[in-house]
Amino acid sequence: MINLIQSIFSKLSSRPDTRRYPFKKREPMEGSRGHIDIEIDKCIFCGACQKRCPSNALTVSRDPKSWSLNPYACIVCGYCVEVCPKKCIVMNAGHFTPPA
Amino acid sequence: MLTDVKEIEIEHLHKEVWQLKRDGYRFVTMTCTDLGDAHDILYHFDLHYALKHLRLKLPRGTALPSISSQFFAAVLVENEMQDLFGIEVSGLAVDFKGRFMLSDGAPVAPLNKAPIGIGLDVRVKTPAPAEGVAQS
Amino acid sequence: MIRRNTIPFGPQHPVLPEPIQLRLVMEDEKIVEALPAVGYVHRGLEKIAEKKDYIQDVYLVERICGICSFMHSQNYCQGIESLMNVSVPDRARYLRVVWAELHRIHSHLLILGLAADAFGFENLFMRLWQIREIILDIMEKTAGGRVILGVCTLGGVKRDIPPALQDEILRQLDEAERQLSDVLPALVNDYSVKQRLVGIGVLPKDKAYELGAVGPVARASGLAMDLRETCYAAYGDLDFKMVTETAGDCYARTLVRVKELHTSAELVRKALKRMPEGPLSVPVKGNPTGEVLARIEQPRGELNFYIKGNATRNLERFRVRTPTFANLPALLHMLTGCQLADVPVIAICIDPCISCTER
Repeated sequence: MINLIQSIFSKLSSRPDTRRYPFKKREPMEGSRGHIDIEIDKCIFCGACQKRCPSNALTVSRDPKSWSLNPYACIVCGYCVEVCPKKCIVMNAGHFTPPA
Repeated sequence: MLTDVKEIEIEHLHKEVWQLKRDGYRFVTMTCTDLGDAHDILYHFDLHYALKHLRLKLPRGTALPSISSQFFAAVLVENEMQDLFGIEVSGLAVDFKGRFMLSDGAPVAPLNKAPIGIGLDVRVKTPAPAEGVAQS
Repeated sequence: MIRRNTIPFGPQHPVLPEPIQLRLVMEDEKIVEALPAVGYVHRGLEKIAEKKDYIQDVYLVERICGICSFMHSQNYCQGIESLMNVSVPDRARYLRVVWAELHRIHSHLLILGLAADAFGFENLFMRLWQIREIILDIMEKTAGGRVILGVCTLGGVKRDIPPALQDEILRQLDEAERQLSDVLPALVNDYSVKQRLVGIGVLPKDKAYELGAVGPVARASGLAMDLRETCYAAYGDLDFKMVTETAGDCYARTLVRVKELHTSAELVRKALKRMPEGPLSVPVKGNPTGEVLARIEQPRGELNFYIKGNATRNLERFRVRTPTFANLPALLHMLTGCQLADVPVIAICIDPCISCTER
């Protein structure tokens, strides 16, 4: 109990442990699974990622050439990143922000 | 791999379960699998980290006698099977009457395998939209 | 004159993090009967596991629970590996222990915090969750996710923990334990906390066994049951010691969790120290055949997966029995005869995780 009272008084004088979020953001850690991006120039539209995606978030078509990801269905598991034969799907840190 | 599986008949179920209880086994869980014309029911028991299984083949339309009078712990999983597989379980200590996991308007016996060619969606009764909703 | 009343407790209640309804039949303030009503978050996960192929199921299974997610994928992978006779590299077995024990620490801190909140000690709740933040940061640094790690895969693990990060983990664990030593005496020794927990919701040893209680609930009643003794993953090499208590009340269950925080931290240290070099995973080829009941010790107790493969990419049947499902009959027994004011504390002390229970 004494420890807790001490900590209460030390917390009274110190800065808060929380961040003022919208103004001060924490940088995402290195290697964190945030969102999926594609380098579309390298893509050969083979559709391997679409077949493997556990949540059916990817749509790939060969003709016309298109690759699209539904960010609301994506569970950011990284399976498509592993199976891509051209390694053109990349996992980036920082979460997906919907366009305004 | 499952080892120590004993195939039993439905009329010997209570005797076998009672024997396991006297030997000091603990009830772990039950598993039901849809085999088409029958349900495959597995009872899992545990004693000092060693598993023992009883296997029962239950033809469709047959009621399954409950073991909840011997192992009360089985009552919830038996109710769950009654909901999800449409098996009638007789002699339940607490009977939720098919409303344990599912609610009104839910699909009937959703974990049974659908007949070939008919998807799961056929059995879901989605009400038709009210008049005028489609136009607006 | 005594009148009988039925009071619905939940599905929305301040102490319940997830929806479950307990129908309490009361005689004045005393409970004579309790019945659970579940099904509010039933998602049909066992069905969708049959539709996806067995590799996609790793990602699906990890999302059964939002607290002990790594252990679900570990159990699934161990089950499939035993069906396909894959032997996992040694380094992967140790890495699985590291992540699993980090998960156990964060899960126990979470539930101890929630219990503190349930008996009205908000300061303690916030301090415990502040310490939990350290563990979550370790997990994000090593695996890339705070809770859904996604590192366990069939045949091993996906990521390595390099030596620099190992030192970081050890440093942060020491820091977490130092902060815990400030906070935990307030949870364990405080007079008013004891008044709220000692002698509440007693579950005798024989009843606990008969009702199939698992995990900290069983161990607090004196049952020596912990699947880590069966030496799956690398637990056989880490001289693991089980924690048991004998009182069987809410205080004993809290004590078991507090002591397991330290054994888990010790296991992480030992696993990092003794981890051999080597490959992270072996390729898995072919399709699973046969059936298995895979078991693992989760923060809440033993987790059972029944997996039946039929030599195709899809599983024939996948069934989940989570520890909370096994603890519900024990909860009903504890509630009978107690006072209405004690229901929140008893309910939270079995560590209910309803979303995994209903799948």
